[in-house]
Amino acid sequence: MDHLDQLEAQSIYIFREAFARLKKLALLWSLGKDSNVMIWLARKAFFGRVPFPALHVDTGKKFPEMYAFRDRYANEWGLDLRIEPCPPIDAVDPTLPPAARSAARKTEGLKMALAKHGFDGLIAGIRRDEEATRAKERVFSPRGTEGGWDVRDQPPEFWDQFNASPPPGAHLRIHPILHWTEADIWAYTQRENIPIIPLYLSKNGKRYRSLGDQDITFPVASLAASIEDILIELEQTKVPERAGRALDHETEDAFERLRVSGYL
Amino acid sequence: MNIQLATAAAARDVAQAPAPAISRPQVRIVIVGHVDHGKSTLVGRLLHETGSLPDGKLEMLKAVSARRGMPFEWSFLLDALQTERDQGITIDTTQIRFRTHAREVVLIDAPGHAEFLRNMITGASQADAAVLIIDAAEGVRDQTRRHGYLLHLLGIRQVAIVINKMDRVGFSRERYQEISDEISAHLKGLGVQPTAVIPISARDGDGVAARTPAIAWYGGPTVVEALDQLTPAKPMDAIALRLPIQAIYKFDDRRIVAGRIESGSLKSGDEIVIMPAGKIAKVKTVESWPVTPIAAPQGAGRSVGITLDRELFLERGDVIAHAPASVRDTKRLRARIFWLHDTPLTVGATMLVRIGTMETRASVVAIENAVDPGELSSVGTQSIGRNHVGEIDLALARPVAADTHADNPRTGRLVIEVNGRIAGGGLVLSVDAGTRGVPVDIVPVESALRSDERSARYRHNGAVVWLTGLPASGKSTLARALERRLFSRGGSPILLDGDTLRAGLNGDLGFSPKDRAENIRRLAEVAAHLARNGHIAIVAAVSPSRDDRAEARRIADGFFHEIHVAASADVCEARDPKGHYQKARAGQLAGFTGTDGGYQPPLNPELALDTGMTSVTEAADEVERLLRRSGVLFEDLADLAANI
Repeated sequence: MDHLDQLEAQSIYIFREAFARLKKLALLWSLGKDSNVMIWLARKAFFGRVPFPALHVDTGKKFPEMYAFRDRYANEWGLDLRIEPCPPIDAVDPTLPPAARSAARKTEGLKMALAKHGFDGLIAGIRRDEEATRAKERVFSPRGTEGGWDVRDQPPEFWDQFNASPPPGAHLRIHPILHWTEADIWAYTQRENIPIIPLYLSKNGKRYRSLGDQDITFPVASLAASIEDILIELEQTKVPERAGRALDHETEDAFERLRVSGYL
Repeated sequence: MNIQLATAAAARDVAQAPAPAISRPQVRIVIVGHVDHGKSTLVGRLLHETGSLPDGKLEMLKAVSARRGMPFEWSFLLDALQTERDQGITIDTTQIRFRTHAREVVLIDAPGHAEFLRNMITGASQADAAVLIIDAAEGVRDQTRRHGYLLHLLGIRQVAIVINKMDRVGFSRERYQEISDEISAHLKGLGVQPTAVIPISARDGDGVAARTPAIAWYGGPTVVEALDQLTPAKPMDAIALRLPIQAIYKFDDRRIVAGRIESGSLKSGDEIVIMPAGKIAKVKTVESWPVTPIAAPQGAGRSVGITLDRELFLERGDVIAHAPASVRDTKRLRARIFWLHDTPLTVGATMLVRIGTMETRASVVAIENAVDPGELSSVGTQSIGRNHVGEIDLALARPVAADTHADNPRTGRLVIEVNGRIAGGGLVLSVDAGTRGVPVDIVPVESALRSDERSARYRHNGAVVWLTGLPASGKSTLARALERRLFSRGGSPILLDGDTLRAGLNGDLGFSPKDRAENIRRLAEVAAHLARNGHIAIVAAVSPSRDDRAEARRIADGFFHEIHVAASADVCEARDPKGHYQKARAGQLAGFTGTDGGYQPPLNPELALDTGMTSVTEAADEVERLLRRSGVLFEDLADLAANI
């Protein structure tokens, strides 16, 4: 087994544990490179089908390329796609800095979707290497009834034994690709020939390294015009992946505050 | 925003680029040790020395420190959480990547505080190797010993020792030797040989990536060199096959048994035994996606899906092995465990035990050698306190397939769950073989008929219709009406009346809760067998216990339809066709379910029928509708005729 085989086998194991131990699952699909790999892995785990809904919590501010991608592949991949809206910006904590506040709409949309469907497990494509607070996550991460994450009291998790009994009204976040890196995602996308949104590839000297909402995501300077180029670039670069995400740079703890209150 | 990335074109010009990340061996290393002995500082320094920090990160943190009026600490790089920076401690484990020339390193930083031992274990359990850090001035402390012990329990055998803050002891070689001797002796007592003992000053960089004049007397590896010597965990291919079943999927016409191969390997055509029941089968195919089936042998670590050459009742938690080297089944285990829960574990406690994908209720029969691994003092035999370790004897509620940790490190370990949360875990020391320590040489013989042949003739699929209710609620009457009706339409109903079977098959059983449970189990096994062979088994049995019925549902799996025959107690007593109520009221029938209140009505039956209000015909109509809705009875024969 090579490195990608190991990552894949571990993710499949996590998917199957979640499906065996939780009653009502949904997979959060943000249309980006990570969640596309995640859907691919789900199809591997369940022999070609995704046996739970794919949830797109839609801010309405994604790039047109992302919506086109969603509509095409939801169909081609046979997904049970649920599109859930987010509340307007006025409904969001005004003490947050502007970009974080804009991003927090997604947390609110997520809470509304949870209340509406009563999911006890939400599968999310976060990775440890993306961001320091995510590095502290569990694979099965309990969330309070308000969707909050209590970083001071995370349950023990070892030997691939996961805590899968959320108390009533609470839910679990399940992270099947927590152990992957950005380079792993691209290498696997290339190996498996998984479709990607063209915004990730260089155009006029710039590309998006991480895709979010149009108003708070920016391209970075890059000449990487193919996945092969991206892999070479990642070997060399010292620029963090989320450099183009405005909310990470507003205040020291903006991202942590978002995550503790339920953001991904 | 304008950020300059190294461009792909520029990258190609770099002649001596390291091998791509995915082809370098990856090793997972946990850093453990007493609080304030400098774990996070060492990690921060390592990231800096290996050029692994993103641009601007150091400057950003220096600016943040200045703004707060605090001196910059390397540990700020890791202690990402606001609370952690405020208090200067690591709360939860974190992971960070960097690369040396030889390795792709996943560094797991684990907290040192005793109260966060669960987080240290969470981090350390994922590691191939460990770095144990000791403050040169403070020396070996409780938490150092505790972590050493836990590394051993977690199965980590490669441990590099780092003696930090050598600057505080004037880089004294004697002090280094003293600590080195003490910790080496401690670890050797646990069966762990340190791979190196390295004197360093993480803050200033001595011994981290380079040997400096201050430690000129030291001839061993630097920390970076020591990391390069640690090796990834060996694959488990060489030992016997263990495939714990995670689930059985029936998404299409395939019945796929899914799970991860924990050890050994497997390919289509293999003869396998499924424990604890000892059933035998052959692997028909190894299924995959997008290409299926696959012929190549599948080794340890693979998450696979297989189909078998016969229809067996299997479930999550069963373990697939090769017949000559089968796993044992047992209801008794001895384990060495660490305990993380606030409430001590006591003799007599009941809890949930998980081994692989299996879970069962269990109780603690005995505790021995409970110790605080920090002080290494024995603390009794009645309970194991938080963060202490001990050996326990466990009685399991049902037979499970288990190995000892010595035989198989992956299937020979367990965790204990209390209130839905993992509370402890440890290694299986011994397995008290159950009645079937080796696979039974039973080869279930498959029916000569296919299920679709039978369903074409009977116009229905197999099913178990389980009628439960108080004595005299009308179960047998309804069962007989249903039997007659299904037979009239050409079907194959078979009545399994509780009382009738007690006259023969279950004649050895009484009415204790244990005997009642066994009675229900046998009824369910027979009914499930009939259903699998295309018949509709109609069970009429009081079956008062909710747990026993849940077990019956488990046995009969998708065939099971629970129907609550729910006449009121007054109606039942008024009917009393067998005179049981009258006898019980007269004190001649002890423990009679109709009068002792021991009946537990179903919470979510497929159907509930009040036979006090409904006629027998109406009730049978209702059941028939249920069977149509559930696809047991067919409406249309046209497509099936060809199979007759």
